[in-house]
Amino acid sequence: MNIKKILPQLLTLLVVILIFGFFSYNAQVNMENRGITFGYGFLSQESSFDVQFSLIEFDGSHSYFRAYLVGLLNTILVSVIGIIFATIIGVVVGIARLSNNYLINRTAGVYVEFFRNIPLLLQIFFWYFAALRALPLPQDTEPMFGVFFLTIKGFFVPAFVWNNLDIFIYSIIAAIISIIFVRIYARKKQENDGIQTPVLSISIGLLLILPILSFLIGGVDASVEIPVIKQLSQSGFTYEGGIKLPPELISLALALSLYTATFIAECVRAGVQGVSKGQKEAAASIGLTPNQVLKLVIMPQALRIIIPPTTNQYLNLTKNSSLAAAIAYPDLVLVFAGTALMQTGRAIEIVSITMLTYLSLSISISIFMNWYNKKIAIKEK
Amino acid sequence: MFKYLKQLTSLVAMVAVLFTFTTETMAAKKSKTLKNTQKKGFVRCGVSQGLPGFSNADAAGNWTGVDVDVCRAVAAAVLGDANKVKFTPLSAKERFTALTSNEIDILSRNTTWTLSRDADIGLTFVGVNFYDGQGFMVRKNSGYSSVNDFKNGISACTNLGTTTELNMRDFFNSKGISYEPVTFEKADEVVAAYDAGRCDTYTTDKSGLAAQRIKLSSPDDHIVLPETISKEPLGPVVRQGDSVWEDIVRWSLNTMIEAEEYGVTSANADSMKTSDNPAVKRLVGAEGELGAALGLDNDWSLRIIKQVGNYGESYKRNIADTGILPDRGPNELWTKGGILYVPPAR
Repeated sequence: MNIKKILPQLLTLLVVILIFGFFSYNAQVNMENRGITFGYGFLSQESSFDVQFSLIEFDGSHSYFRAYLVGLLNTILVSVIGIIFATIIGVVVGIARLSNNYLINRTAGVYVEFFRNIPLLLQIFFWYFAALRALPLPQDTEPMFGVFFLTIKGFFVPAFVWNNLDIFIYSIIAAIISIIFVRIYARKKQENDGIQTPVLSISIGLLLILPILSFLIGGVDASVEIPVIKQLSQSGFTYEGGIKLPPELISLALALSLYTATFIAECVRAGVQGVSKGQKEAAASIGLTPNQVLKLVIMPQALRIIIPPTTNQYLNLTKNSSLAAAIAYPDLVLVFAGTALMQTGRAIEIVSITMLTYLSLSISISIFMNWYNKKIAIKEK
Repeated sequence: MFKYLKQLTSLVAMVAVLFTFTTETMAAKKSKTLKNTQKKGFVRCGVSQGLPGFSNADAAGNWTGVDVDVCRAVAAAVLGDANKVKFTPLSAKERFTALTSNEIDILSRNTTWTLSRDADIGLTFVGVNFYDGQGFMVRKNSGYSSVNDFKNGISACTNLGTTTELNMRDFFNSKGISYEPVTFEKADEVVAAYDAGRCDTYTTDKSGLAAQRIKLSSPDDHIVLPETISKEPLGPVVRQGDSVWEDIVRWSLNTMIEAEEYGVTSANADSMKTSDNPAVKRLVGAEGELGAALGLDNDWSLRIIKQVGNYGESYKRNIADTGILPDRGPNELWTKGGILYVPPAR
């Protein structure tokens, strides 16, 4: 009986091992025949190429490994921006689709149907080249509020120049820690005495007061560096100073969030509709206010339906960010699996590292979302 | 740790093999690539995704260009028909993997011959069919007349995964100019972005600049600066490890160049069989047994000249007459002041 159960499994395992072995042996033989060496030593070599946009300092004198980090951070950056905006748009549109107002309802519906049915790559191209066509040249730009400059060469925003930045950051960390304590205290108080504490107002107050105190007595000081226009040639201009967000980043983040938001909107709609009507009526009948009904009864149940499919959408967005290479946004695929691969010719090594990286990114998002899902799941007491 | 690394290596190697479905043992005595090509009945040739003058497909899907002609020459030599070529358009990023993983047998795609490419990644360059150098294109109204006018903060559009990216860095570094590299995978996107004003300059091989300029919305508003910042010898590439095939491709190219040197053209090739010059007679297969050394018949070179033409004809047809680069510059024969010089066919 036992053997009958195990034998098929063992056979399957054996076949899998054989297939892997055959392929890897084959690759080794082929590589040997063509004089291709194998190894990860190239990662410490000088990269000798530059990248247009990087969160950490990088130029050609840095190693290929640092180029990998540059690409990875850029991928994470655009994914995080995309996830934040996709979630905001998705929730708004999802709720709008449930609205009783015909116009709002239909507009949201048309948006969802339109954006989710056009291939993402096409949308990325559209936003990028549409943006390039529509944005003004640096010298023709009308500044927004006098300090923001949206041009074809990028979105130039003022940068803060900090004194004692660390103290400012500590003050924010201190504020967050005290908010956590306030919440724990408030919950205990409500459980013991039934008295509610205005947690939200206290939290906002803390978040404002502590950083302000750091300015007043902590010696923190910030000045603003406003971008200034610079002439490059008789017809060419750019901006100097401040922070520059390249148009590639903006259009990629825009395309990713607009596309993914349609799917999230559907998740949200399904989640809210999935909570039975009786729940809402029962909650109202025991005297909860509409806000409390939404916060304490509807959302906790809806979230359980929303989170798992939304996790998939976050994963999709992260993986889709690899389409960045098409529009020159220096993400992991463009910098590492693109330029670095070309310059070193180490296809197997680089593709394997890139694949493992995306795998780890996806698994991290998955683990986080699973944890969150567990946290809000039904706890049977 | 070491053991673990080895396992990882095997696993990773598997990935590559998904693209490499061949079980090649040691390089066979007779060229495996030649055998396969004859069996298939066509030459598998990797070309660009569209570079006028070098490799470009028309509306009907017919490929033309000097790079295309190298593959046609090999097809004429090996299969007897210059049209028996299957062209695979490749991006700069894909090209070497396509060759090493056996998707194509010749890569004739304006590819720069460098030491690391030749020695490190399983490739062999067989010769040079175009001597090029990297240049810069700018807008006429920028007032730039030389690369010395470039200022800090200039943005430069170019192709991903090319020697251009490295040369550009060397150049701007040596001048002490800070710049913003904007790199795209496809040439069409580079052109579109530069055209829209995303970049102040577009840099690539000068032949490429001349060819891509035609695609701009108003080509006359742009000029190519006079300076050349690098050496870019472009030539066909084959897989390492098949020396017979390597020789066939090399001598197909050399035949075209030598034919021009001796004045043998597609029109007069047949009549040259009775030439007084033994070098010419060898070239058209009327003397010697040169084909046998390559595993081919003796008319292989005659077919190349008759069906594809000599190098001069190919250049004129594809690059000069199309207005891309009417002046041959260094790509003139050594006897006429250029640097085209090939070993003798004997």
